[in-house]
Formats: sequence, C-alpha cells, structure tokens
Amino acid sequence: MDETIPAVRAEGLVKTFGELRAVDRVDLEVRRGQVFGVLGPNGAGKTTMLKILATLLTIDEGRAEVFGHDVRREPHVVRQLLGVTGQYASVDENLTATENLMLFARLQAVDRQTARRTAATLLEQFDLSQAANKPISAFSGGMRRRLDLAASLITRPPLIFLDEPTTGLDPRTRGQMWETIRELVANGCTVLLTTQYLDEADQLADRIAVIDHGRKVAEGTSDELKSSIGRSTLTLNLVERSEIPSAAEVAHRLVGEPPTLTPEARRLTVPLQRSDQAVDVLVTLRDHGIAIESVNVQKPSLDEVFLALTGHDTHEDDAGGRAGDGADSTTDSTSHLEIVR
Amino acid sequence: MTALTTALRDPSATLPRRVSPRATVSQTLTLAWRATMKMRRNFEQMFDVTIQPLLFTAMFAGIFGGAISGSVSDYLPIIIPGLVGQTVMTACVATGVQLREDMDKGVFDRFKVLPIARIAPLAGPMVADMLRYLIAGTLTFLTGMVIGYRPGGGVFGVVAAILFGVFAGWSLAWIFTWFGTIGRTAQGVQATSLMIMFPLTFISNAFVPTETMPSWLRAFAEVNPVSHVISALRDLANDGQVTADLGWAVLGLAVIIAIFAPLSVRSFNRKM
Repeated sequence: MDETIPAVRAEGLVKTFGELRAVDRVDLEVRRGQVFGVLGPNGAGKTTMLKILATLLTIDEGRAEVFGHDVRREPHVVRQLLGVTGQYASVDENLTATENLMLFARLQAVDRQTARRTAATLLEQFDLSQAANKPISAFSGGMRRRLDLAASLITRPPLIFLDEPTTGLDPRTRGQMWETIRELVANGCTVLLTTQYLDEADQLADRIAVIDHGRKVAEGTSDELKSSIGRSTLTLNLVERSEIPSAAEVAHRLVGEPPTLTPEARRLTVPLQRSDQAVDVLVTLRDHGIAIESVNVQKPSLDEVFLALTGHDTHEDDAGGRAGDGADSTTDSTSHLEIVR
Repeated sequence: MTALTTALRDPSATLPRRVSPRATVSQTLTLAWRATMKMRRNFEQMFDVTIQPLLFTAMFAGIFGGAISGSVSDYLPIIIPGLVGQTVMTACVATGVQLREDMDKGVFDRFKVLPIARIAPLAGPMVADMLRYLIAGTLTFLTGMVIGYRPGGGVFGVVAAILFGVFAGWSLAWIFTWFGTIGRTAQGVQATSLMIMFPLTFISNAFVPTETMPSWLRAFAEVNPVSHVISALRDLANDGQVTADLGWAVLGLAVIIAIFAPLSVRSFNRKM
C-alpha cells in the first residue's frame, strides 16, 4: 500500500437523526503521523463524526476510508487499525487494570506473553503500576481515563481516536494526558482528537477543523486559523488619561491605522502589522515623554477565531451569545474581543 | 518513562476482512473467562445457584412432601429432578438480565470497536453461565441426598441428569437472552422474564402430578418443554434410563433454540 494514502479520508459525510443533520457534508483528510483536532462546541457533531469513522454508526451519505479501507465495506479491517478512547471510560469494572488489558489483548489474539509484557509497559508508562492489581472500582476518574487509553493501545494500532480526552480532568491530569498524546505521535501514531477546549487544540493539533452545527466551518493549522481572522495587538495602559489622544496619534502614525481607545481604563489597543512594530511604538512614546503603566502584546487566541467563525463561543450552543458585540468594552476581559470586529 | 518495545501495527499489511470461526471460538472463550471473573468477584450474583437450591430443596420437599406423596421421602424422587429444572430456569433468567446490565456498561462500547466477532460478547456469557447451571444442578442433587434422596439411576444417572440439565438451561436461556437484547432496562427484562419463567416452571410436572390440574392447564403442562425436560431428568436420575421424554425434551429445546437464537443474535447485532 502507498505511504501517501492518508490515515483518514472522508468525503461528504452525512449523518441525520430524524430532523437533525448531526454531521453535514463533512470532508476530512488526516495525514499519517498527524495530530488532527476537531474543535467544536457541545452538540456540534464531533462525537457522531468520530463514531462514524470508528464503524459505530452507519454512514447516511458520503464515504470514509481508514488507511484506504472503506469504513462501510471493510469494518473489520478498519477496527484492526484503530484504537478508540471515548468520553467515558470503557473498561470492565469487575476486573483489575492488568486483567482489563489482558482481556482486550487476548480478544485480539495477542499471545499471552506479549500481552503481559505490553500490559506491564503500558501501566508503567501511564503511571498505573501501583494500581495494576486493584479493581477499577477503586480508580479515580483520571486513572480510569489513562487505563482506557492504555486499553486502546494494547494492540499498538497506528491510528488513535480520542473523543474529548481531557474533558472533566483536573489540570494536572490534563497535562499528563497531553504529554501522553505527544508521546504517541512521537512513536509514529496518527491521532484524531475532538475537543471543545481551544487551548487543547492549540497545544496538540497540527491541523484543526472547526465544526459547528455538523458543518466544517474552517480548517487549517492553528497559526493559519489565527492569522485568517486577525493580527497581533499591542495593548497599552497609560499613567495619565489626558495623554491618550497624543499617544493615539503617535501610534496611528507608526502603524498606519488608528488604535482602539478605552479612555476609562486609560488604554489604547494598537493593531500591529508585525510584532516588532510594538518596539517602535514604545520607543516613540517614550521620546514623547508619555508614561506607560503596562504593556501587553497578544496574538489573537483561538477563542477569537472560534467566535469570528461561528458567531458564538465554544461553550454556547446557539448563535445567540455574541459575547463581544457590545461597544461598552470597558473591562479587561472583553477588550481583547474588539480585535475580532 | 519506558517506551513500548513492540512496533505499531502496520497499516499496509494485508488484514483479514472477517473473523474466522476459530477466532470466534477463542474470543467467545475469552469473554466467558471474563464472565467467570465477574461471578467470582460478585458472589451475591451466585446466590440463585448456590443458596437458593439449598433453601428451596429443603423447603419444597418439606412443604409439599406429605400432601402430595404422603411422605417427604416418597416425594424426593419427584421433587429433586423438578427442582433441578426450576433452579436452572431461575438461573436462565439471570443470564438475560445480566446481559442487559452488561450492555449498558462502558466496556461494551469497547467491545463494539474491537475487531472481534459481533456474536462473541453474547456467546461468552452464555457459555460461562453453563457453569452456573452446573452448580445449581449439582447442589440440588446433593441437598436432596443429604435429606434422604437415593437416586436409583446411580452415579451415571445423576451425572447424565446434571449434564442434561445444563444443556436444557443453555437452551432455555435463549428465551431470556432475547428479552435481554430487546429490553430497555435490566428491571424491565427481569419483570418480563419472571412473567414467562413462572408459568413455564409451575404449569409443568415439576412439583405436582398434572392429573389434578384443570384440563386447559393440563393441556399446557403436557406440551410444555419444561415438563418433558423434568420427566427426562427423573428417568435419568431415578431409573438411569433414556426414555422417549428425553427425545421430546431435546426436540422442544431444539425448537426453542431455533426460534430464539436467531432472534437474539439479530437484535443483539443491531446493538453491537
């Protein structure tokens, strides 16, 4: 088989539940060795899409392939190439961690010795060796999630699906999970993950598809998505409110665009063509004797990207929540949203 | 951190397009192992095949013995094989209920994405439950012997009766397995199953001779496969004989399998 055949390819994928088009003509291509992030709010159709690709749901329209194997016609082959870890731990409560891994290995005809060795290695890798012979009922949420991922890896599949791998995990466990995912990729795995966390997609994914209401609304690298909607900004807080007009004039002259003013907070937000323009602005302001209280240079965040693409943020289901719409951006938290406009 | 030494599975390798019969058997046995581990860890799930036979055997023999056969000892050859049938039926109900419970658990989601025979998660527990029928049958005979039952069929007859009881249990379990695959909750499956289990068990010759029943009940009791199973068990255990009833019982059980096995497999596959 050709090395250039992508790990996952979907064309015009459609899945309807009654009236609802849960997945609506989605195209997807995940290249080998990539971490591909599917980003979207709750109910956007991420899990449905993953389930279709994992042979768990039938395809209504379109087609999907895993390493060139048709998901509809060769489900058994697809299942042999796939490890799936869902939002909820799918391990056996009645068995110990080791027994669980042995069960899944034996079901897939891994010989007993290899299974035992791989199970031990995985438990060590996932920091579960101490709990190897404890029943799962005694496990914390994070431990279950790690064991679940270990269970997906026991046959060393070249492709892993992770459905919201860190939803509900505490920050520390979340960081461990990210580390593990990076290691998988370093070992040659291809990873397709869904997430509703922008920073997760930003941190992990080589490529991101933004999904909303079953449709793919954008795709690209994290940087591409960010630069598609905005540039970096320089936020300045002045000591004296009265100096705002002159500071604005200086900034306008240097970057060729008027800054956004927030006089109540003695703040101006300067759009930058290039990040190093920030230095020019600061030096010139000092030459003019304008005192600066604080300085911040920001790239647009994926949050802003998401808002710009879908008209709502990741944790809202409908387009009603246009968070940054108001012109009353006096508080710090809303100020950065102005960039999107 | 230790790195994994085994290589990733090669996506370019030629992989089988379907599960071979040999792999299906091996997967079924692996899942049967899982079911036995579960039995070991949740012993209260085994009460119906351990404590219940002890209790019911002593209880039913004592309650009905004098009234039906004049004395407990005369009643034992009738009631002990009858109770083997009855406890095995109770154990069958649990097969369906536990399958339903199992299907609601997270681990089933993983079975669905594994490259295994779709039937294995159903067949595994069914194979393991034969162990439960074996325990139930054996304990019923043992308890009977403790309270004075002397089976005329000898060791061979009793062993044959127990093995036939296991087969009967496995066959009848398909009815309740089907309920397990179509029911929406374990409680619902339990309720439906008991509604079927009680008439099948009690409108039979398990506890009393059918002669005194009203004709419509008697008509049912006489075609009830459970009656034939129990007659066959009695003939084996009490006389060490293979009689026509064994033939009728096997035929009845075969019909049950022929109807309920495909139904179960079909509705189970829809959920896998």
